[in-house]
Amino acid sequence: MSTLRSAERRPSVPVTPEGPPGRPRRTPTLAQRENRTGLAFVSPTVVVVLVVVVLPIAWTVLLAFQRARLVDIQTMDFLSGWTLDNFTQVFASAGFWSSLGVTLVYTAGATAGSIVLGLVAALALRRPFRGRALLRGSMLLPYVAPVVAVTFVWEIALSPQFGIVNEWGAKLLGWDKPIAFLSTRSQEITLLGWDVHVPLALLVVIAFETWRYFPFAFLFLLARLQAVPAGLEEAATVDGATLTQRFRHILLPQLLPVIALLSVLRFIMTFNKFDDVYLLTGGGSGTDVVAVRVYDFLTARYDVGAASAQALVLALVLAVLLGIYFAFFAKKAQEEEV
Amino acid sequence: MSREQAEQRIFGVLRWVVIAFLAVITIFPFYYMVLLSVKSIDQLLLAPGKLWVSLSELTLSTYQNVLQPTDEGGQGFLRMLANSGIVAAITVALTLLASVPGAYAVSRLKFFGGRHVSALFLALYLFPSTLLAVPLFVIFARIGLQGSLIGLAIVYIAQTVPVSIYMLRNYFVTIPRSVEEAAALDGSGQLRILRTIVLPLAAPSLVATGLYVFMIAWNEFLFALLFLAAEPGNWTVSLGLSQLSNGIEVSKTVLMAGSVILTIPVVLLFYAVERLLTEGLTSGADKS
Repeated sequence: MSTLRSAERRPSVPVTPEGPPGRPRRTPTLAQRENRTGLAFVSPTVVVVLVVVVLPIAWTVLLAFQRARLVDIQTMDFLSGWTLDNFTQVFASAGFWSSLGVTLVYTAGATAGSIVLGLVAALALRRPFRGRALLRGSMLLPYVAPVVAVTFVWEIALSPQFGIVNEWGAKLLGWDKPIAFLSTRSQEITLLGWDVHVPLALLVVIAFETWRYFPFAFLFLLARLQAVPAGLEEAATVDGATLTQRFRHILLPQLLPVIALLSVLRFIMTFNKFDDVYLLTGGGSGTDVVAVRVYDFLTARYDVGAASAQALVLALVLAVLLGIYFAFFAKKAQEEEV
Repeated sequence: MSREQAEQRIFGVLRWVVIAFLAVITIFPFYYMVLLSVKSIDQLLLAPGKLWVSLSELTLSTYQNVLQPTDEGGQGFLRMLANSGIVAAITVALTLLASVPGAYAVSRLKFFGGRHVSALFLALYLFPSTLLAVPLFVIFARIGLQGSLIGLAIVYIAQTVPVSIYMLRNYFVTIPRSVEEAAALDGSGQLRILRTIVLPLAAPSLVATGLYVFMIAWNEFLFALLFLAAEPGNWTVSLGLSQLSNGIEVSKTVLMAGSVILTIPVVLLFYAVERLLTEGLTSGADKS
């Protein structure tokens, strides 16, 4: 609308009566001019993105198919030494498949955890109470604080020698010996008379990720909750819907699009996450996610080719998962329309 | 008692349980961090579960140790704070320079491919930073930017440009077009309009975006580790702190003092612009 109006109001071409006679004047129209300025404005951004993102990614793809060690990378040809060895090495290497499995469990657990906790928090903080602003502010701390600092706090708090968790666990819950949370691959616990083995370190890493990113989900869900028109809920209350029914039938449908968006965002981010796991466990004790393996290939073995192949496989798995998600999602959306 | 009353009562109680739980899990770790940083290591080992520190036991020697330059026996965090500040400031400047024109074009001008461009920017998040790490590592080793702060800032742009464009665009679309149209009637070009009219109006958003970018650069760890590990003089605080923990002779309370020093600047900045920032991030979420 407003563009239409502006086109009428704004003189679209500079009036130049002294144009060369006998030749049709070829001054650009407003749309053409806007097209040109648009491209000019966007080009610096595109160039930067090309140089720091697209080109490196393209080169990763090349490197994955090349025999490339860090020592000979200074001298090697851009386009030589083609090989598929990197991929056979990646797929055949010990622990690749289990590492992929760990990555999936970690990603799914942390994504679901952070969204559920964020939703619970948003519902609890929805209505005002004394100190809400303060709590709201402090809830963003885990998200804002530097990852190196917060992983240290977790590490020390969970330490078997002087950690507060083990100290209190022994005092209040009667743990007979301290638990090494971050270096225990599998812990036997007795649950209702059953002995169950739990992947303790992996669970701790998932808990950490949930803790660190629930504020992100909380922010988005609270913003959406506060935009739900009050009349909807009032009407439902008058009709006799209870609290849980109002949540189930009024709030949840309103929140679903945001939850879906958050799921995708968090899944992508967590799937590629490196620093949290690396800093907490170093990828040991059953927490060797693929991102940490890429780092190991690169820095411990200086094998650029294998690291690239590994990173590429990771990206492809993510792309396939997202493809499945969107195919399923688009189908569902269509069904709902019908 | 009706079902509605029962639910009201149950969830009324549950709500306070949740609120207390959230307060504990978000505030306690940071309280614990500060607490340990002002204790001596002996007291920590003696009573790991003690939740306060008496005035007579309070010590600031941990901070002294962390901040002192390395040649005086300290950990040299002042130098690292400066490094982190420099990297983050350069990143903010470069990111805004690269994303303001793009965000403006995407939000305002109709041009060929404009809608695809904005989708492309968002698609950047699909690529893992580990995927970028390998080639950037190689390129930088090749052109000798490895180990330099400027090089690191250039790498960070890849992380910050997409979110920066997203936040700026969300703000640009809320500026009424009529303001710009009036300027266009006066014969101003687009660049002049952007500089003299849109940017001053968008100042709050520029500040919020800039600080968010600052936060990302300040907190970043993977690329700092990859590119700077061999250059102790250029270490950022995040990197320095993580390397500190590998040294066995460094006590945990000193590590906590380092963590506090690393956390304080970014938390202070964040609370200075909290409202601007949360609105900038979540605008759009309430419209879907």
